[in-house]
Amino acid sequence: MQFWIIQGLNSLSLGGLLFLLSSGFSLIFGLMRLANLTHGAFFMLGTYFAATAMRTYDDLNIWVTALGAGIAVAAVGGLFERLVLTRLKANPLGQVLVTLGMSFIISDACLMFWGGDSIPVPTPPNLQSPTRVFGFVFPTYRLVLVGCAIATATLLYFLIERTRLGAMIRAGVDDRQMARAVGIPVSNLFTLVFCLGAGIAGAGGVLGGPILSAYPGLDADMLPLALIVVILGGIGSLLGAFIGSFIIGIIYTFGTALFPELAYIILFLPMIFVIAFRPQGLFGRVGT
Amino acid sequence: MAPEALHLANVHTFYADSHILHGVSFSLRQGAVLALLGRNGAGKTTCISTIIGFLKPRDGEIRLFGEPIEGMSPERISQLGIGLVPQGRRIFPSLTVRENLVVAQRGGAAVNPWNVDRIYDMFPRLSERNIQFAGTLSGGEQQMLAIGRALMGNPRVLLLDEPSEGLAPLIVAEVGRTIKRLKKEGQSIVLVEQNRQLALDVADSAVILNTGRCVFAGEVSELLRNEDLIMQHLGVFRAH
Ligand SMILES: Nc1ncnc2c1ncn2[C@@H]1O[C@H](COP(=O)(O)OP(=O)(O)OP(=O)(O)O)[C@@H](O)[C@H]1O
Ligand SMILES: [Mg+2]
Repeated sequence: MQFWIIQGLNSLSLGGLLFLLSSGFSLIFGLMRLANLTHGAFFMLGTYFAATAMRTYDDLNIWVTALGAGIAVAAVGGLFERLVLTRLKANPLGQVLVTLGMSFIISDACLMFWGGDSIPVPTPPNLQSPTRVFGFVFPTYRLVLVGCAIATATLLYFLIERTRLGAMIRAGVDDRQMARAVGIPVSNLFTLVFCLGAGIAGAGGVLGGPILSAYPGLDADMLPLALIVVILGGIGSLLGAFIGSFIIGIIYTFGTALFPELAYIILFLPMIFVIAFRPQGLFGRVGT
Repeated sequence: MAPEALHLANVHTFYADSHILHGVSFSLRQGAVLALLGRNGAGKTTCISTIIGFLKPRDGEIRLFGEPIEGMSPERISQLGIGLVPQGRRIFPSLTVRENLVVAQRGGAAVNPWNVDRIYDMFPRLSERNIQFAGTLSGGEQQMLAIGRALMGNPRVLLLDEPSEGLAPLIVAEVGRTIKRLKKEGQSIVLVEQNRQLALDVADSAVILNTGRCVFAGEVSELLRNEDLIMQHLGVFRAH
């Protein structure tokens, strides 16, 4: 019984972390039709940012750090989109190569700057003590991550589906040329979307820091997870990314607990089945 | 003399290497309706696309109330005051009816600016569909929505590209009444139509295009006196 409850809570917190990782990727892919393979590197930048900032300033709040990293990474992402990616419109192969290349550049720069050792990110002191759930103790911070994921999902949903700005972005997705003809500055809005997706990755990297630590190769560990979640949940669907994150959280946690030697098979097998039998993913719209 | 609302002079437009518009020139007076006519493939839509900025003219001038706009981006041209109801309507299918309108809203300097309520007054059918996805509307409703969306920007010049295409006669009549009403309110309009009767009924002046060249530009009354011209360039069947 204890096994199921503790692993259940672990699944939830991993799901929360995966959503913070993959929602920005899903947003960019869904709205801009751009597979941003730099996403893992953006996440890692956030984690390194947190490692340095929170170790330099002892009582730095993790939420403030996440906000700062989010803004910094959003700015990096915005420059990258404006200066490079806008030139590669309608060239998916070029986008894949360039975003992958950019992620190599970022990870080498991180290695140069932060060295090869793993750097831990401190857990916020007020969240260090464990919480009792159904009589079992569980790390509070991991539960807070689930709350962060839910809050992020809710905010994104309102921004995209319930505001005029979100409607203008969706109009640009529906018919870019016609959106411009009614006065919508589509390419500026798409830069904004890219900044937002990158910023969420950066902030997610901070929030994931206490669990993952900053280390070389974090980007390459994270990118496939984001891809798995988004492919399973349905490309471009926020709900899909949300549900997909928790499904992968459950599969991975129980899979590795029960069959530790099969971890990667357990992780990638569902993705292969989805691609083969339901290419649009669980919640993706057909044809997108 | 007040500048023309819209003025094209010697406009040349290409699709890649194919030369489609060969020096098109015409003027629209403020508050007037100009019918842009011609057979299928004559270049009417190409002309509209050039005005709104989808296509950059390789030569020639386009002026909106005296201000040159050729070569600008569509969003800039829209902001300067040109509204487009495109051929095929092109409403945003995954947005609701209301969202289709609000994304195009722009107050500007209009005296009595359009807003969602005024559009719904004009097209009550749309208000019943308020939160429905626009892609689920009937063709006629989509056309009303496309017109409403263009008006939300309070355009100084409204471009209507075949607004009656593919609609049932009853709806075509409603489109005709709408255009007359807009004209009465002082809206300057360029109207592309295959439905010659609808167009000549409401228009003050007319331009006939044939393979990208103006073969007539003048008053409707003058055109109506010239049956040969109509037969030659607009008649669907003509025995040679
Ligand atoms: N995207 C395009 N690429 C190349 N040629 C095109 C393109 N669109 C239109 N044309 C050509 O340009 C010419 C003018 O087309 P246009 O659409 O302007 O005609 P139209 O007068 O609007 O006709 P319709 O009454 O059928 O709408 C036609 O010969 C057409 O084949
Ligand atoms: Mg046409």
